[in-house]
Amino acid sequence: MDGRIARRGWVPYALLAPGLAWLVLFFVVPLFSLGRKSLERGGLHNYSKVFSDNAAVIGRTFLYALAATMGALVLGYPLAYVIATRGGRAKNLLLALVVLPFFTTYLIRTIAWKVLLFGDGPVVRFLRFTHVFGRNSELLGTHWAVIGALTYNFLPFMVLPIYVSLEKIDPRLLEAGIDLYATPIATFRRVTLPLSMPGVFAGSLLTFIPAAGDFVNAELLGSDGQRMIGNIIAKNFEKDVFRPKISALSFVLMVVILSGVLLYARFLGTEDVI
Amino acid sequence: MKLGWGSRLLSVWAGVALLFLFTPIFVIVAFSFNKPLSTYNYLWHKFSFDAWAHPFRYSQLKDAFLLSLRVALLATFISVVLGTAMALALVKYRFRGKGLINTLLVLPLTMPEVVLGFSLLTVFVAINWDRGFRTVVVAHVMFCMSYVATTVKARIRGFDWRLEDAAADLGADPWRTFTKVTFPLILPGVAAAALLCFALSLDDFIITYLNSGLKPTFPVAVWTLKRAAVPPQINVFATSVLVVGVTLALGGMALQRRSARAA
Repeated sequence: MDGRIARRGWVPYALLAPGLAWLVLFFVVPLFSLGRKSLERGGLHNYSKVFSDNAAVIGRTFLYALAATMGALVLGYPLAYVIATRGGRAKNLLLALVVLPFFTTYLIRTIAWKVLLFGDGPVVRFLRFTHVFGRNSELLGTHWAVIGALTYNFLPFMVLPIYVSLEKIDPRLLEAGIDLYATPIATFRRVTLPLSMPGVFAGSLLTFIPAAGDFVNAELLGSDGQRMIGNIIAKNFEKDVFRPKISALSFVLMVVILSGVLLYARFLGTEDVI
Repeated sequence: MKLGWGSRLLSVWAGVALLFLFTPIFVIVAFSFNKPLSTYNYLWHKFSFDAWAHPFRYSQLKDAFLLSLRVALLATFISVVLGTAMALALVKYRFRGKGLINTLLVLPLTMPEVVLGFSLLTVFVAINWDRGFRTVVVAHVMFCMSYVATTVKARIRGFDWRLEDAAADLGADPWRTFTKVTFPLILPGVAAAALLCFALSLDDFIITYLNSGLKPTFPVAVWTLKRAAVPPQINVFATSVLVVGVTLALGGMALQRRSARAA
């Protein structure tokens, strides 16, 4: 534990008060305000209207976010594993490389994907050249482009927590596995994988949440058929008449994600989320 | 241990993941040296230093970039002070409602930005705050503070706080104890949190877009400009930020290694 834990009545409250006030005023109150706004001009009817009008978009949003999370897991777990187990002296450098994308604005990175994926860009030209694609096939305006870019944008959020949980594993446990004649694969399956699950869960949440709320990727790389919940919010937020319905839509997005987080917290406790 | 083919495949796969992470960055840097034929810098035409020679041709980008820096500085300062205080309280003291406060701190990180941004907007509209510098800073502090508090908390957990008692026993008053003992102890964690917060603020688009009104930060200005043009100057700014950021990070790593060796 923390050595000694002081009990000095008012001190912790004084330290907490300003930050707490900020959080309450600009995080808790806005959520109530959002809830109230979502019931304006129509009450609960707003919600049923939002569901019936946007069923496809809502479904697509969570499907995309799920696909991007799976993609990030498939790419990110091996990367984290290789860095943690074989990084050696290059470990810090490799980790720095993983967070390097964070040093450029995420919007501009997405524009870079447009450069890579548009009709005259290198990827499509290559695919046409190798006849994987027909003459008129495109990548922009497809599910693939949006899911791929979502995967890319949030991949570091998957890698880092998994790396942290792998790094924490006591190497003696793995040695014990070998001593007990477990094959490397069995050691991985019975020791490493279960112990890295907190990282996998945290990484999945940290990828799924921003992916589900995103509109930049769908706007830049998709067409009407790729619109997500975020696009509807971003398109209509300026006009007061639309705000009740957008609030209802935001609330739906939030509730779905929060239920996922709560499920997670039940399994692993809130302390480990970040 | 000998590396089998499966294990080699794993390393290759990790390499593919790294390549995936890098390709867009390579594109950003390379296309800052492009002289595009149209107003959209999407197709490679000709190598040129044009954009680097005239980085401020689009004055709205320059103004927005300066605004972004001002927002990031102020938001970082406020978040670090408030967030560190919260982290200290949560790690060092036992009190009622701690679990609730921990949960409240993590909650903003578990919500999509578009929800945070839009809900904040409904409040600003209700209380008649014009969107601009003030609303953007308020929004950035809101999400940065959670990152600062969780980062600092993680870094200072398990410290030996008896050092503070020792200082007090040696006759130091509380302020002196804080500046001479506590602060140097928590400084690495606080510095890391500050850098993280600065980067997040500079980079934030979604929340800022919903709350910036007529004065855009850099990402918002890029978003607005892209209806008319995507000039290579955008890449010049992005590349410069990348270079400065990497230099700072490498410098920090070198410093850490030196102090680790000295210790």
